[in-house]
Amino acid sequence: MGLKSNLHNLKEKYKGTKMAPAFNAIHTFLYLPNETTHGGTHIKAADDLKRTMNIVIMALVPCLIFGIFNAGYQHYAAIDAASGVIREASLFSNFITWDNFVVGAWTVLPLVIVSYGVGLIVEFIFAVIKGHEVEEGYLVTGMLVPLIVPVDIPLWMLSVAVIFGVVIGKEVFGGTGMNILNPALTIRAFLFFAYPTWMSGDKVWVHEAVERAGTADAISGETLLGAYAQNSSLAGIDYMDMFFGFIPGSVGETSKLLIIIGALFLIFTKVGSWRIIISTLIGALTMGLIFNGVVSAEWIGESSKFYGLMNVPFWQHLIIGSILFGAVYMATDPVTASQTNKGKWIYGFLIGFISIMIRVFNPAYPEGVFLAILLMNVFAPTIDHYVIQGNVKRRMKRLKVKTA
Amino acid sequence: MGLLSKKDAKLITDPLADNNPITIQVLGICSALAITAELKASLVMGIAVMFVLGIGNVVISLMRNIIPSKIRIIVQLIVVAALVIIVDQVLKAFAYELSKTLSVFVGLIITNCIIMGRFEAFALANKPWRSFLDGIGNSLGYAVILIIVGFFRELLGSGTLFGIPVLGDPIEKTGVYALGYENNGFMLMPPMALIIVGLIIWVQRSRNKALIED
Repeated sequence: MGLKSNLHNLKEKYKGTKMAPAFNAIHTFLYLPNETTHGGTHIKAADDLKRTMNIVIMALVPCLIFGIFNAGYQHYAAIDAASGVIREASLFSNFITWDNFVVGAWTVLPLVIVSYGVGLIVEFIFAVIKGHEVEEGYLVTGMLVPLIVPVDIPLWMLSVAVIFGVVIGKEVFGGTGMNILNPALTIRAFLFFAYPTWMSGDKVWVHEAVERAGTADAISGETLLGAYAQNSSLAGIDYMDMFFGFIPGSVGETSKLLIIIGALFLIFTKVGSWRIIISTLIGALTMGLIFNGVVSAEWIGESSKFYGLMNVPFWQHLIIGSILFGAVYMATDPVTASQTNKGKWIYGFLIGFISIMIRVFNPAYPEGVFLAILLMNVFAPTIDHYVIQGNVKRRMKRLKVKTA
Repeated sequence: MGLLSKKDAKLITDPLADNNPITIQVLGICSALAITAELKASLVMGIAVMFVLGIGNVVISLMRNIIPSKIRIIVQLIVVAALVIIVDQVLKAFAYELSKTLSVFVGLIITNCIIMGRFEAFALANKPWRSFLDGIGNSLGYAVILIIVGFFRELLGSGTLFGIPVLGDPIEKTGVYALGYENNGFMLMPPMALIIVGLIIWVQRSRNKALIED
């Protein structure tokens, strides 16, 4: 009698009652169910929804682990910087250390636990009310959410946002697979608009920077984008740091290397769409080039408040901020993205293009990836509609030529 | 109700719930989103619409047999405009701060679909007393939703009700703010009003299945 048969017996016992979906969910999440289909021909496919979700989670785990160490590293680096010592990041000597892990785990793991706990409770409640099976949709969202918030976000705010995101972003539309907006980004957008002091500015990105503000132990908690938007730059950070991710930022989005590895994994397993990822990056580079052109044509001077961000070399937009994370894990969400291949190119390109545009022009907050993706989520069905209509028209024309 | 016959009472009670102008007919959404960040503004807006719709319905009803149907919209507009100007001037004279908060939305009562809708659908075909009750009923239904939305938005967005702090002082960190609570800035933005109205519609329709249309 293992856990598996116990769960099976529980399922049999509660069959037909309101609580049945709850046991069912745990059972199918952990094991292959005992029941098999009888009679007739059935299509067998290994890539069901739960498998797809698990692959995305696997692709996210490296980012999470890196995020834990980075939270600790940024904390100690900022303390050093406050006393005048600029740290040189080095993977083995001062990054993967026990101290970093303790601080990081202490701040990041509660975010993961709250995100999953609250989100799954909401999912269970809705499953019981609807008399449905519990939907797997929250598995990925719950992992994404802790990775796209600042480390020190108060946990109650995260809970409120998760409830809002799951109910308004997903359940009102009918649950997983029916949502218009990406639930993880809905949660982030809610936090951003509801509690802007905890989601932007130069304090929230490093652990304890908020509590220490204004005291003798004050430390800086600024991101690179924030610094660029102020027409300045952060000391002691070079391009390799940005690429490997030894920079302050949301928990999981700093390491571009690990995101690229995750992207390759997603493309290789055919879970993420390479068309969307590539076209998003092309869109971002295009907008970056346009801004560089504006600067080199001297249409705006150094006194302009947009100068700092416009002057960033176009390729560098990919390694600062969260455009790469958004392109790989958010834009490719199969539910909210465009479905047609041509549509995916347009959808991705516009995400990248608008992301950088908002990043430069947004006066309050120098990042626009989540807003751009949410905006294009809304337009994805429209893009698909016109791609399909275009296709229909072309075929009608061909038909006419043939028959004429 | 001894004062009103059963049929007349329905004119008041129907728009409060099962035929609410905002949540069922989805009219007058614009102002419901724009001015409900404060409870006081919501209340005053509700009263203003009640004044305009109550009197307007009576006036139109009295004139219903002499208005040529080709130009009836213009006549209705003139009636609304006259009444709205009275409201606007009264607000400016006696509650200047409030008229600043409500800004153009007092003037925009003219374009509030509920008003033209009731003129067209009810006052043109009914006697003055019934038209008056219908006007009061519909504007009450409008005001109720405005006040519910305004209550949640002001309480959660600013921590006050009618401008009086009820959750403590956010700067001095007293009351619930001492526990780390913070005001929800999203509540002060119009999209949140839309979401609250949506939630009210959700609750209403899941309580009364007859309201769900295909």
